[in-house]
Amino acid sequence: MMTPRNRRALVRPHVVTGGRARPSRNIFDLVTLVTAAGDLPLTGLSPEKRRIVTLCRGGALSVAEVAGHLQLPVSVTKVLLSDLVDSGHITTRAAGPESRPEELELLQEVLDGLRALL
Amino acid sequence: MDSVLSSESSAPAAPGAGAAAGGMYVRDTVRRSVKLLIVGHFAVGKTTFVSTLSEIRPLRTEERMTQAGAPIDDLTGVPDKTHTTVAMDFGRLTLSDRLVLYLFGTPGQGRFKRLWEDLSLGALGALVLVDTRRLEKSFEIMDLVERHGLPYAVAVNAFDGAPVFPDEEVREALDLHPATPLVTCDARDRASSARALIALVDHLIATEREQS
Ligand SMILES: Nc1nc2c(ncn2[C@@H]2O[C@H](COP(=O)(O)OP(=O)(O)OP(=O)(O)O)[C@@H](O)[C@H]2O)c(=O)[nH]1
Ligand SMILES: [Mg+2]
Repeated sequence: MMTPRNRRALVRPHVVTGGRARPSRNIFDLVTLVTAAGDLPLTGLSPEKRRIVTLCRGGALSVAEVAGHLQLPVSVTKVLLSDLVDSGHITTRAAGPESRPEELELLQEVLDGLRALL
Repeated sequence: MDSVLSSESSAPAAPGAGAAAGGMYVRDTVRRSVKLLIVGHFAVGKTTFVSTLSEIRPLRTEERMTQAGAPIDDLTGVPDKTHTTVAMDFGRLTLSDRLVLYLFGTPGQGRFKRLWEDLSLGALGALVLVDTRRLEKSFEIMDLVERHGLPYAVAVNAFDGAPVFPDEEVREALDLHPATPLVTCDARDRASSARALIALVDHLIATEREQS
């Protein structure tokens, strides 16, 4: 069944991403943390990009959370975020190499955090 | 199912009620994020499990896929019936000043190949929820998890009135490796759900130690 609302949903992402299929960079995992960079003006940005930057001005969120809050598909969100990193509006918050724990250390940290819930 | 793009509202959702770690945003000091998948067949309790542990109101994302399992992001698509929408719920748990954990309730359909690739990439492991009233419904999902090389533990989500089998019988029915943890949980209970994840992460640590 194709209601008008569904039809719009199926068409719109292409419009939203400016007709591009893939992000210009591939830095985004679902849980990559992103945040707004500085206070660059929003002029010239599409409404969806404005919504992303506005949301991300409040603090850090994962790519999945940005998609969830703005009700955009993840694939579309990645394309938009990628553009916004290119334009300087968004940065990723990643650990520097020196503070990236080894896998075993990381798992131990996860375990400790979970045990603290009990 | 609601359309993902039906909302024109630009107001972000309110912070999750009772969020122990604060509001909707990740704490300033956090530098690392990890994910675990909560997988299982239809109505096995994935969303309940994620909601029980999440500090934010769980969020939902939806992805439009072709029947073949590719996300529709390639512009060629004239909308038609070969497209379908797949939803996943996820929640967040701040584990320390510098680390957050995301839990993704992951649908069991193997045909959503790209979605599974996206989800399993970088995932630490998976918790497979099963229901003793229909163990055979879990076979497909266990194959999927194994095919994606995800280390996993199995948690029997104990529904009221569901038969209780000895562990050995469940292990045999699911053809579990002797080292694979099998636990029982109540997805509605926070401590019980946390213990299931602890069993999983214990197993991940043991597996990692073995490999190094
Ligand atoms: N008695 C009991 N009921 C549960 C438990 N976990 C979940 N339920 C109920 O089972 C139903 C299905 O749970 P969901 O969390 O929606 O299951 P799901 O795996 O997310 O389902 P889908 O997303 O539709 O595949 C809900 O009505 C829950 O309230 C449990 O541990 N015990
Ligand atoms: Mg669900």
